[in-house]
Amino acid sequence: MSEEKKQPETASGPAALAAGLPVTTEPAVSTVKAPAETATGEAVQVRDSSAGGTSYGPEPTDVGPPALPAATDISVPDDRELEAWNEQVRRRMRQKSRRSFLGWGAGLVAGTAAFRWLTTRRAVDGVPWPLRKTLEVNEQLARDYFSTRRPSPSFNPDQVGADRVNGDIGLDEDVDVATWKLEVQGLGSQDEPLMLGLDAIEKLPRTRMTTEFKCIEGWSVVVDWAGARFTDFMKAYPPEMRSGDGFSLDHPEDLPPYVSMATPDGGYYVGLDMESMLHPQTLLCYERNGARLSEEHGAPLRLVIPVKYGVKNIKRIGSIRYSTLRPADYWAERGYDWYVGL
Amino acid sequence: MRSKHPLAIRWCHWVNFPLLALMIWSGLWIYWANDVYRLGIGGFTLFRFFPEGFYRTFGVGHQLARGMAWHFFFMWFFAINGTAYVAYTILSGEWRYLVPNRHSFREAVLVTLHDLGLATLTPPPDPPSPTGRGVRGEGGKLNGAQQIAYTGVILMGFGSLATGLAIYKPTQFAWLASLLGGYMAARFEHFLLALGYVLFFLIHIAQVIRAGWNNFRGMVSGYELVSSEEGAHE
Repeated sequence: MSEEKKQPETASGPAALAAGLPVTTEPAVSTVKAPAETATGEAVQVRDSSAGGTSYGPEPTDVGPPALPAATDISVPDDRELEAWNEQVRRRMRQKSRRSFLGWGAGLVAGTAAFRWLTTRRAVDGVPWPLRKTLEVNEQLARDYFSTRRPSPSFNPDQVGADRVNGDIGLDEDVDVATWKLEVQGLGSQDEPLMLGLDAIEKLPRTRMTTEFKCIEGWSVVVDWAGARFTDFMKAYPPEMRSGDGFSLDHPEDLPPYVSMATPDGGYYVGLDMESMLHPQTLLCYERNGARLSEEHGAPLRLVIPVKYGVKNIKRIGSIRYSTLRPADYWAERGYDWYVGL
Repeated sequence: MRSKHPLAIRWCHWVNFPLLALMIWSGLWIYWANDVYRLGIGGFTLFRFFPEGFYRTFGVGHQLARGMAWHFFFMWFFAINGTAYVAYTILSGEWRYLVPNRHSFREAVLVTLHDLGLATLTPPPDPPSPTGRGVRGEGGKLNGAQQIAYTGVILMGFGSLATGLAIYKPTQFAWLASLLGGYMAARFEHFLLALGYVLFFLIHIAQVIRAGWNNFRGMVSGYELVSSEEGAHE
């Protein structure tokens, strides 16, 4: 990476001259090679080698020593003249350096101030608001790009990974699958909540898939899931459309834009955007790796949504609500991105 | 006194330094939440990334949410600055000094051997090249080892953007993730690149110290002092 750099030596004085080494005067902006023959007696040159053609160098008129011989004069300067000339170059360099270091120093101060400002802003759900705003802008860009036609990669069922359990918030009490009910709100057909048993979900078309479950912590595991597509659930229990028209999946923009889900005790809750809920791999699951969901994995019914991190894959769903307002989200209130779309 | 580095290049260089540091720092906060990488064979672990003492010393632990918020903020500036740098080098022609040419690899080996004290020979100066392409004598900017290192680190930057995007949106950019060997592989590659920057930084700093004040000042002010002998060859 380094070669032995020439020391900030300016002129090599008589030695160079004795060796017949020429020195040139050329315009500071020139990138033309100086022919070696055009010796003029100048010991140090200023030139700009930036190929962009922009000159940051001093004007050529700044450069010459006061009593420089004419370009046609090939007389050799003596040591005293050379030293005067070199001193002038060194002075210019010091001046340039001083300005540059001051400039970058000011930049450093400004950058540090900007950083301090950024990190000391009022927090919105645990994140300084400029960073929270950026997460929201990132979300908008991701939602623009999002397509339900892009699936999360599928695996063979024999590729499932080792069992891994993470997260038990909202699962403190024991669940009785026999008496468990799912509460559905925001329906088009009725104002009051609808209570469903597990059999209602099992009656819907069964969908099986083997996908990679990705935890926000950075690990992932391949799991084989079975359950009902959320779109099939919506067809059976349609939400109230924003326009008040009859339910149709052909006009997704007319659907309520959000879905909220919570555990029966309300201890854990997630907010979801409707586009992600319409993804064909978004399932209400009751089976995992060929068996009924165990309690620690969210029996009797959990959400599996591969276009989101694990935190949105809520276990033991107690309620589902179609929502026109952006729902609260347990981890988003604790400093995480609300969207966490993959 | 000769102009060495254009303002745009110096600007991108010095802006990138704190940006990359912040990306690595916030990346560490994220990595901590699943710190599975290690150096070792089978059950034997030579070095774990990272030891508890490291986390404790630098206060890395329990900051996943904060790390993600920072990472997904500064990523834009890192990407924009890097793209601006590459665009400038292409448009200005500065790339000629940076991209390795057919002499670079031979010269890089000589430079490396020399710097390690394994060769008594100093690398020979490049012959004058009619194209002036990246030849050290032409503008005297970079030797072969530098060309390879500085071009390599730019490619690493784009590698970080690609692997980063593959981890960030592994479903919407599933093609990219699978191109990189899958989601888990992309995460590992992203981590390796971060380690690579640290390695680059250490060597870079050592070499800057070796090269001395005139060289360092060149990256700050844009100018360096050369002897008339050297200058006259141009």
